[in-house]
Amino acid sequence: MANLWHIFLAFFIPGIVGYGGGPASIPLIENEVVQHYHWLTVNEFSRVLALGNSLPGPIATKMAGYIGFEQGNILGLVIGLLATVAPSILLMIVLLKLLDRFKKSPKVKRLTLLIRPTIAVLLAVMTYEFLRSSFVEGGAFQTVFLIIVSFVLLERLKIHPAFVILGSLCYGAIFMAS
Amino acid sequence: MTLWHLCLAFLRVGLLGYGGGPSSIPLVHKEVVDKYGWMTDDEFGDVLALGNALPGPIATKMAGYIGWRIAGFFGMLVALFATIVPTIILMVILLTFLLTFQDKGWVKGMTHAVVPVVAVMLATLTWQFFSKAKEGLGWWKAIVLVVISVVLMEGVGLHPAIVILALLVYVLVMPNKTQQSEVKRGKSIDG
Repeated sequence: MANLWHIFLAFFIPGIVGYGGGPASIPLIENEVVQHYHWLTVNEFSRVLALGNSLPGPIATKMAGYIGFEQGNILGLVIGLLATVAPSILLMIVLLKLLDRFKKSPKVKRLTLLIRPTIAVLLAVMTYEFLRSSFVEGGAFQTVFLIIVSFVLLERLKIHPAFVILGSLCYGAIFMAS
Repeated sequence: MTLWHLCLAFLRVGLLGYGGGPSSIPLVHKEVVDKYGWMTDDEFGDVLALGNALPGPIATKMAGYIGWRIAGFFGMLVALFATIVPTIILMVILLTFLLTFQDKGWVKGMTHAVVPVVAVMLATLTWQFFSKAKEGLGWWKAIVLVVISVVLMEGVGLHPAIVILALLVYVLVMPNKTQQSEVKRGKSIDG
């Protein structure tokens, strides 16, 4: 069981530096829970992310809620959620008047912009880790096949991610059972 | 009554918004501006701009702030709970179910099959972030920032939060340079 303080930190940091909404904080959360605290393996994290992506609602809170729950039960869930949402909401309410003056300043707009390449790098590293893990655990043939099929379904035919993930789960249960 | 409407509005947003917070922004707009008339288009635009200026998930920032503005502290709590709680409960139930059967062969197969699919989704997200950066900053700056990020985070092993905070400080303490490049960008778009 992880220390509740660690749960708080693991989600507080992505919440406070993740500019650009929930998806920007995915690699930051991975950095904390997989690389730093070792609560999950790359594979386990991808399972949480896959399920999170196939359910509706904001992604950052779904991940914080579940990982918090796994590490520290209900209390962990509450702390993971609070650490994710509370700081930015408090800032938004407290700094409202102040921010009103700055929201149209080019500086504020550039904050999100300048951070995008860094988030892109973090996402690319995560993609690589997922692919490597898939080659090792699932085999090269299945990995390449699933990549091609899911890419065509998601990006060319624009099938909803929930259905593609559901489809891959069925495929795995039937053809990749060990 | 307002609290109940807040709850309904954000419950619908939470349950219909696929693809994370940013994709639920239009849904929030529909409820708050079109359906309940709590805000005008302009006011909503202001809230969105404020939300984007701060870090953290956008959906909860909007729900929390709009709830607070319409019905005070309890409004904030109700809107937040309605946005995040239903899907977290689903998530915990489904994953706990999977974990219970994790030693079964077919569950292992499912776990393995989903990894490459998520990798494709992440690769798409990577490309979206990079191409948006490229649109705003230009090829040259975007690539320089990518290279710097790779060296600092993967080479030196610096924590991503430090790299991001350094970028924030850079934006805040370099006022003249920022304005110059804004002007340059304006010119290059005109030309």
